[in-house]
Amino acid sequence: MSLIQLIIDGISSGCIYGLVALGFVLIYKATETINFAQGDILMLGAFVAFSLIGVFELPYIIGFMLTVLIIGSFGFVLDAVVIRQVIGQPPFATVMLTIGLGFVFRGFASIFWGTDIYSFSTPFSGKVTEFHGIIISYVNLSIIIGTLILMGCLYAFFSFSKIGVAMRAASENQLAAYYMGIPVKLIFSLIWSISAGVAAIAGVLLAPITLVDTSISLIGLKAFAAAVLGGFGSIPGAIVGGIIIGIVEQICGTYENYLFEGVREISAYLVLLLVLVIYPRGLFSDKAEVKKV
Amino acid sequence: MRFIFKTKYDQDINIAKHNGDKISYGLLILSMVLIPFFIDDFYLGELSYVFILAIAGIGLMILSGYTGLASLGHAAFLGVGAYTHAFLLANGIPFYFSIIITICVSFLVGAIIGFPVLRLTGMYLAIATLAYGFIAEHIFIRWESFTGGNRGLPVPSPEFWGLSFYDSSTFYYVCLISLILSMIAAINILRSSTGRAFVAIRDSEIAAQSLGVNLGLYKSLSFAISAGFTGLAGALLAHYIGYLAPDIFNIFFSLTLLLLIVVGGMGSLHGTIFGAIFVGFLPQLIAIGRDYLPNSISSQPGLEPLLFGLILVFFILYEPLGIYGRWIKIKMFFELFPTYKKATFKKQKTFTKSDRV
Repeated sequence: MSLIQLIIDGISSGCIYGLVALGFVLIYKATETINFAQGDILMLGAFVAFSLIGVFELPYIIGFMLTVLIIGSFGFVLDAVVIRQVIGQPPFATVMLTIGLGFVFRGFASIFWGTDIYSFSTPFSGKVTEFHGIIISYVNLSIIIGTLILMGCLYAFFSFSKIGVAMRAASENQLAAYYMGIPVKLIFSLIWSISAGVAAIAGVLLAPITLVDTSISLIGLKAFAAAVLGGFGSIPGAIVGGIIIGIVEQICGTYENYLFEGVREISAYLVLLLVLVIYPRGLFSDKAEVKKV
Repeated sequence: MRFIFKTKYDQDINIAKHNGDKISYGLLILSMVLIPFFIDDFYLGELSYVFILAIAGIGLMILSGYTGLASLGHAAFLGVGAYTHAFLLANGIPFYFSIIITICVSFLVGAIIGFPVLRLTGMYLAIATLAYGFIAEHIFIRWESFTGGNRGLPVPSPEFWGLSFYDSSTFYYVCLISLILSMIAAINILRSSTGRAFVAIRDSEIAAQSLGVNLGLYKSLSFAISAGFTGLAGALLAHYIGYLAPDIFNIFFSLTLLLLIVVGGMGSLHGTIFGAIFVGFLPQLIAIGRDYLPNSISSQPGLEPLLFGLILVFFILYEPLGIYGRWIKIKMFFELFPTYKKATFKKQKTFTKSDRV
């Protein structure tokens, strides 16, 4: 397989990591907490999309939109009811709380949808296009284009809309934003809802590749590598970090014989540890520098 | 209400604050020593498992509860302990030497891993520990000459001083003695200057640093001590399981240990015991609960993670001090009987402490 082919495949799986990492970054920038349940929200998104598109047979686009809407409002309620209660407690409390929530979501999904592996038909399934000898499947293409569109929308939202600017202000300095009359609590809940919505988009785009079952929530853990590599405070950094992790994983998988067995599964974590130990600022970090002892 | 009239400075740092402590803990130990004569082998095995969990809990409590560092990959050290111990026993090292070497090896591994990782703070540390947990699990699978890989590794059953682990009460007493020694060691570490440095780091890194605590050194030390205790628990766990497979030491086990200390009560050694009892008997509780639920719910495989998560969320939100905190409240209620005020333990409103400079 040619290197370019590998890189294309890497970019498309990397975009998914990037989208999940984007969710981490949005929440981290605003509230300085990390949502360890991000991967589980992605899983919920994939399951809801399966219910809407696969079971109720809604058209793909409408099912997609509804899924993002449902999971987005779920994120809003999650913050307003549960997460807000631990604000101000040591970081350990939020870490444990979101891990616990992740277990609740996974348990709920396996009780509600069962442990079978599902798939649903999308307009992209099974089609490929060829470009100078490189084979690109429509599914991969849909992931890459979907990520690009989403990035454009988020950029416009944070740059030009009033709420987007308010969110940036609240991330910059909560207290100052509060004094300026920005409803910080509401803004935080909205950020959680955007983050959950982004995870849902990633889940729906990913569903044709990995199929839908509870194990896809593990992607959330690999996405940490993407977020850390990108600097944990930067939105483009998350996507670039995700793409790098995706490519590294593909390359490690192909050249496994030259490295060591099983390197593919742990390559993301190895990159994560290396970045944290050698260059914890990450590639694109803004002024939020990691404190070192 | 008991008032202790102090006549010596030593009374401030005594392990037993008053005679009541000596009597109650003495009775507890006595009943634990006598219990094998009264219950059957199955429950004796379960109790041994609870003791092993408690030792691992002490390790994680020193790291998370007293030094304030989260570790999401602690099962890795259990694995290091278990495999080292099994390897040494298979090579003919006597049991007691093997245990001591295992503790030292785990301590060193903890120090080596801890040194680079602990330069990170807060969330970054949690993520890094998650990563090494996964990497360790893969090393256990792939390093076949040492761990036997996915085929597994049988743990030799040692015989010493004419005793054998085939007799479950022997194993019970080994676990009990290990737990008591670990507890005494932990109490002594925590009331020494090292332990006070840990607590200082937990409460405020900046304040601790200003008072001359070498953050990097003490964090690494805390990590290494924690790994040492967990390694001991791993060695005993190896005997409890009897046949080591790498998927035992997965992320779920690490999170179970965290559940143990959260449910037991963060920042108290009593909490590790309460938490170990809770986690050790949780599968039995769920099994009993299943009988009372309608069949459509009770036959679901997702029930356990759901309950696991719900318990964790419930304790974080409503009882952050865990079972031990609840015990303190009940005790206080009776000590102060008519005048107990709920507000004594009210959670104070706090604001986000920013890590950003």
